Amino acid sequence: MSERLLAVSDLNVRYGKVEAIYKASINVDRGTIVSVIGPNGAGKTTLLNAIMGVLPSQGGIEFCGANIGRLTTEQRVAKGMCLVPESRELFAQMSVADNLELGAFTRYRRGDKGIKQSLDEVYELFPRLLERRTQLAGSLSGGERQMLALGRALMSKPTLLMLDEPSLGLAPLIVKEILHNISNLRSTGVSILLIEQNARAALQISDYGYVLENGDIAMEGLSKELANDPKVIESYLGMGGAGQDRDKK
Amino acid sequence: MDSTIFLLLAQDALTNGAIYILLALATILIFGVTRIIFIPQGEFVAFGALTLATLQMGEVPGTVWLVVALAVVAAIMEAYRLLRMGVSREIPAAVARTLAPPLVVSGIAYVCAPLNLNLGWQVLLTVMLVTTLGPLVYRVAFRPIADTSVLNLLIAAVAVHFALVGLALLFFGAEGFRTPAFSEAQIPLGVLTVSGQSIWVYVMSIAFIGLLAYFFGRTMYGKALRAVAFNRNGARLVGISPSLAGTLAFALAALIGCLSGILIGPITTIYYDSGFLIGLKGFASAIVGGLASYPMAAGGALLVGITESYSSFWLSAYKDVVVFTLIIPVLLWLSLRSVHFEEEE
Ligand SMILES: Nc1ncnc2c1ncn2[C@@H]1O[C@H](COP(=O)(O)OP(=O)(O)OP(=O)(O)O)[C@@H](O)[C@H]1O
Ligand SMILES: [Mg+2]
Repeated sequence: MSERLLAVSDLNVRYGKVEAIYKASINVDRGTIVSVIGPNGAGKTTLLNAIMGVLPSQGGIEFCGANIGRLTTEQRVAKGMCLVPESRELFAQMSVADNLELGAFTRYRRGDKGIKQSLDEVYELFPRLLERRTQLAGSLSGGERQMLALGRALMSKPTLLMLDEPSLGLAPLIVKEILHNISNLRSTGVSILLIEQNARAALQISDYGYVLENGDIAMEGLSKELANDPKVIESYLGMGGAGQDRDKK
Repeated sequence: MDSTIFLLLAQDALTNGAIYILLALATILIFGVTRIIFIPQGEFVAFGALTLATLQMGEVPGTVWLVVALAVVAAIMEAYRLLRMGVSREIPAAVARTLAPPLVVSGIAYVCAPLNLNLGWQVLLTVMLVTTLGPLVYRVAFRPIADTSVLNLLIAAVAVHFALVGLALLFFGAEGFRTPAFSEAQIPLGVLTVSGQSIWVYVMSIAFIGLLAYFFGRTMYGKALRAVAFNRNGARLVGISPSLAGTLAFALAALIGCLSGILIGPITTIYYDSGFLIGLKGFASAIVGGLASYPMAAGGALLVGITESYSSFWLSAYKDVVVFTLIIPVLLWLSLRSVHFEEEE
């Protein structure tokens, strides 16, 4: 087994009185892709935001063996975590190139010399961003925006990349392309925690999977096995995705 | 009014307008980055001019003691914050980081003040002292409440304004000062003579605006400040901390205020409370730009400068009234076009 990178244990997150995540425990090993699937409102986005420190939480979050529960979001970025949030949070009024450059802000502060090279790599991965580099991020198409969000995250050279529905609202062909890019990232040494509506594709490219329901980890296992589990097939992989619009209450 | 007077007033309008542009930029910068409507911007102007005037007399300006006192308070606050977070072993380093730059700057100023250095060095000392003041004011007055509403931040800003005006009275007295001009030259230009100091104001403000444009457009830290202003959450996700951005914005705002004070010091007599009206006109210009648009604020600043200058000719006692009254239709027009701010979060 490889080395543990992220260990979340008994995490609780609440919005006021509402308990959104209850005693969730998930692990990510170095060099693996882990996916979290679950119905709308299960708490997937909440989970990632809590791990990133965007939302306050109780419980243990260990990253590279150190407890990071008290660190701010910025400090977690400096430690090598990076989140591409559901809302993307691009700098709409700034150019594509500036957005990418800002992705490397923490590296710039450290005096990292490889930023230019990373930029070239991102442009190589997404040639469309190179064509549009002087365009404002706000004027990009949906798919280009996803590429930019992913590219900006890669600019920070993360150890752990967390993606919240990277294929949201994209045409099937682009979804395939983006997911293909993501699975290629593993070979560059990045570990990935992936949330995806498209459960079949998520389980296809990931090594390990968790099923989140009502803020609880309902099931977990190797992705191959989850993909063949009758319950998962029925709820998440079946035709039309019957479980997809089941809500929390 | 004949054409000579017309041109003379135009020269005044441009000189003041240039200063208001700088102050409007600082106001927009601080509001964008920290959501603080920074009323005391003008106090940096007064502190700049009066600190320089005190150095001119070979005395140690009170600014030195203010910087020391604020640094000590900031260090105590930092230690207390870290203690409460339960990371007391980080306290010595944090205290040293908070104390070192202000103490070095005020130490240098203290030693150099009686030496009667030439004007250039005194300007440099002044700029260093007042620029240091900016981040300290942010650390002590605003950072602890950085996440509260815009209204609370505004109230804190008003309190800081009164505190700084009071301290200025204590440090510099009720008397007004005029600092020596950088240039005594009188350049004949057609029917008009342009004073060397006005030229200084134009050149310096254009140069400084150019520098700021370069900073915001080309450098990583400048882009980071813009990023925070555009999207606070996005900025945190790429690792830009709001308090780092706030510190940087306040340092820039203090620098801008101080330079403006030094530039107009030879043109206008500056009293301990002169900063308020000057700052308010910069603020009015920023409002024209909806507290967000730099070019519109620059236009606003020129408009304010022109209005002020020409109304001082006909209605000199009421020139400020005219200036601020003129803002009302602009605000109405802007609100009709519904260029307004949603509070975030
Ligand atoms: N700011 C908030 N305040 C109160 N409740 C919230 C807030 N954000 C999310 N919730 C609730 O927390 C629960 C989990 O939401 P979350 O966004 O994490 O779901 P999700 O699994 O990401 O769903 P989706 O698949 O639709 O993105 C939902 O019931 C939601 O209504
Ligand atoms: Mg979600």
